[in-house]
Amino acid sequence: MSTGHRLVLDEVRLVLAGSTLLELDAEIGPGEVFTVMGPSGSGKSTLLAYLAGFLAPAFQASGRVLLDDSDITRLPAERRGIGLLFQDPLLFPHLSVAGNLRFGMPRAMPDKAARVETALAQVGLAGFGPRDPATLSGGQKARVALMRLLLSAPRAVLLDEPFSKLDRQLRHDMRRLVFDRLREAGLPSLLVTHDREDAEDAGGRVIELGQ
Amino acid sequence: MLRLAPWLIVTLLVGPILAGLAMALLPAFGYLPALGGHGFSLDPWRQLLAQPGLARSVGVSFTSGLVTTAISLAVVVLFLAGVSGSRLDRWIRRLVAPLLSIPHAAAAFGLAFLIAPSGLLSRLVSPGLTGWERPPDVLIVQDPWGLSLMAGLIIKEIPFLLLMCLAALPQIDPERRVAMARSLGYRPTTAWLKVVTPSLYPLIRLPVFAVIAYATSVVDVALILGPTLPPTLAVSILVWFNDPDLSRRFMASAGAVLQLGVTAAALIAWWCLERLVARLGRQWLARGGRGNGDSPLRLAGKGLIGLATLTAFAGIAGLALYSVAAFWRFPDALPQGLTAAHWLRALPALSGPVATTALIAIGATLIALALTLAALENEQRTGRQPAQGRLLSALTLLYLPLIVPQIAFLFGLVVVMESLGTRPTHALVIFGHLLFVLPYVFLSLAESYRRFDPRWSQLALSLGTSRNGAFWRVRLPMLLAPMLTAAAVGLAVSIGQYLPTLLLGAGRVPTVTTEAVSLAAGGNRRVIGVWAMVQASLPLVGFIIAVGLPRLLWGNRRDMRGSP
Repeated sequence: MSTGHRLVLDEVRLVLAGSTLLELDAEIGPGEVFTVMGPSGSGKSTLLAYLAGFLAPAFQASGRVLLDDSDITRLPAERRGIGLLFQDPLLFPHLSVAGNLRFGMPRAMPDKAARVETALAQVGLAGFGPRDPATLSGGQKARVALMRLLLSAPRAVLLDEPFSKLDRQLRHDMRRLVFDRLREAGLPSLLVTHDREDAEDAGGRVIELGQ
Repeated sequence: MLRLAPWLIVTLLVGPILAGLAMALLPAFGYLPALGGHGFSLDPWRQLLAQPGLARSVGVSFTSGLVTTAISLAVVVLFLAGVSGSRLDRWIRRLVAPLLSIPHAAAAFGLAFLIAPSGLLSRLVSPGLTGWERPPDVLIVQDPWGLSLMAGLIIKEIPFLLLMCLAALPQIDPERRVAMARSLGYRPTTAWLKVVTPSLYPLIRLPVFAVIAYATSVVDVALILGPTLPPTLAVSILVWFNDPDLSRRFMASAGAVLQLGVTAAALIAWWCLERLVARLGRQWLARGGRGNGDSPLRLAGKGLIGLATLTAFAGIAGLALYSVAAFWRFPDALPQGLTAAHWLRALPALSGPVATTALIAIGATLIALALTLAALENEQRTGRQPAQGRLLSALTLLYLPLIVPQIAFLFGLVVVMESLGTRPTHALVIFGHLLFVLPYVFLSLAESYRRFDPRWSQLALSLGTSRNGAFWRVRLPMLLAPMLTAAAVGLAVSIGQYLPTLLLGAGRVPTVTTEAVSLAAGGNRRVIGVWAMVQASLPLVGFIIAVGLPRLLWGNRRDMRGSP
């Protein structure tokens, strides 16, 4: 995971019903968090849907998305190697904490149980594996969601306002944890948010949409 | 493969109905080469019109359809308008749901046992109030006006319409509408009637049409509670069709076409009534009355739905009592003793039909569930939501088997099957049940499937799971509870089917329902009690599993215990 990845948005243009919603040309290097800011309706979530491979059929897109120099524009979502972090932690309610972490691990990955235990210990949740996710606090759930994302070994990460539902103190800690981890793993990340503090803590380039 | 599912469903539902209707229409005009009808003629119609009492049969069918629907709908709307969230209201709601699972035939038997001259009600007040020492000689059950038939149907249609309304209400946000109207000075029940009903009705129109169609053409309930001389049109058609004299099938086909016309006429009459009520309602709304008669309306809603629910449960209790009753003289309110003898005697005869019923119900439900899941999953993957509200949408096609009278197309279907050389088998009966199970399974699962948060699947995909993996490992387990409920509904619908089993099985595939209904003519209440109890409790097994299994599986997963 230490070898860095690179995400390139090559003249991406999203169109809805004939009018251009958004145009973006960017290169995101290893460990860099690229922030896209803008009010609701500015096309932030459409951009994420496009990059992750869930663009609704009503939209038209042109341009290319390159990940480590290979074109992933036409790949289905599950083969892009792009991980997602949502507003809500979205831990699968029918699986245990460990089951959630194992869900995203590549099939061939060795020592799954040991990796799960290490990952939990890294975020201060050692021994939480067999727990029901519903019994965790908000901050604990957010940490499990982050580790689930990292264990799935993505090559790039999209962050969809992942801190907006946490309370103030927790938000700051969580930002540090997430950004440190992503940098450590050398993952290029794209963060969409309308919170300026998010952008400042991310410490990367910021562009504003809808102006 | 998935892409074929919607087409398969439409073909499965529409194909047999069209083929069946065609094969009722041709013999109705004398054409059925297998029985020597090579040319077209109006003879079947002349024969049909010469049948004694035909006008009365048609009249009872037509009226019972309209009256049943009007009363059931009025009771449901009045009840909902007066709901204030009190404990009584919640109790009524909770009691109504299991009523839906009781097959029509069992509910009809229960009512018959209750209101018959020698039934429970008359026993309770005799001889104290009435002075009757022996059952009075009056025709209450199977009265010539079809009143007991309508009562039996109303008891079953109220829970159906109530459930349909409860499913539709969240879409129109009744609380805020009523709050707004009350802030303008309207009394609560009047406010509900004035601001919620006009938006609610269009959403439950198709279920209402289904009730009209069902009530005009029902066979099993009419065999138990309906008039006999002459019977309702649907029952007459069945008698003619089963006549050993095969040439009567031409007349039966003409009858089937007439039944189609009677149901269509009832639907048109209802449509005219809709217009009238809408016009009067607009005037009532525009007059701006704030509701002086508010409490009587509320009480009427509660009282009537309470009466209907109570009657249904008392009827089932009556069935249970008769099935274990020892010697029971007339005016006695209770039997002199209890005995298991009737059950023990019926047991050997029960096992076969119970197994057949279960086999057919499980087969039809599994096929329906698989087709429904495939169609809904396909909808998710192509990102196309079905158009709602349009008359010719897929939803209307789903309702087709529920709006075209069974008796009008099932005969034709039997003729088609006979000419294809298909023998009556369990598979054929399963196919017949599928026509009615599929719409209900689809309707009860679609809502929760479509409302399922799409981020769960997106998350699974972004974690590297394939689309199929996301379906099996995320969507299916998380939707287990609504899926099992849909399955239980499917089982209940299949278990209650009478006509498709009888016709497509050619009487050689006996189920609990066909056996129970065939006992109606005999009138041995103890035996009927046993069979009707079995028929009523089989669907409950499905619902118990639907409620219990998720709790068992997800016992240590807190967020899986409520319905998702």
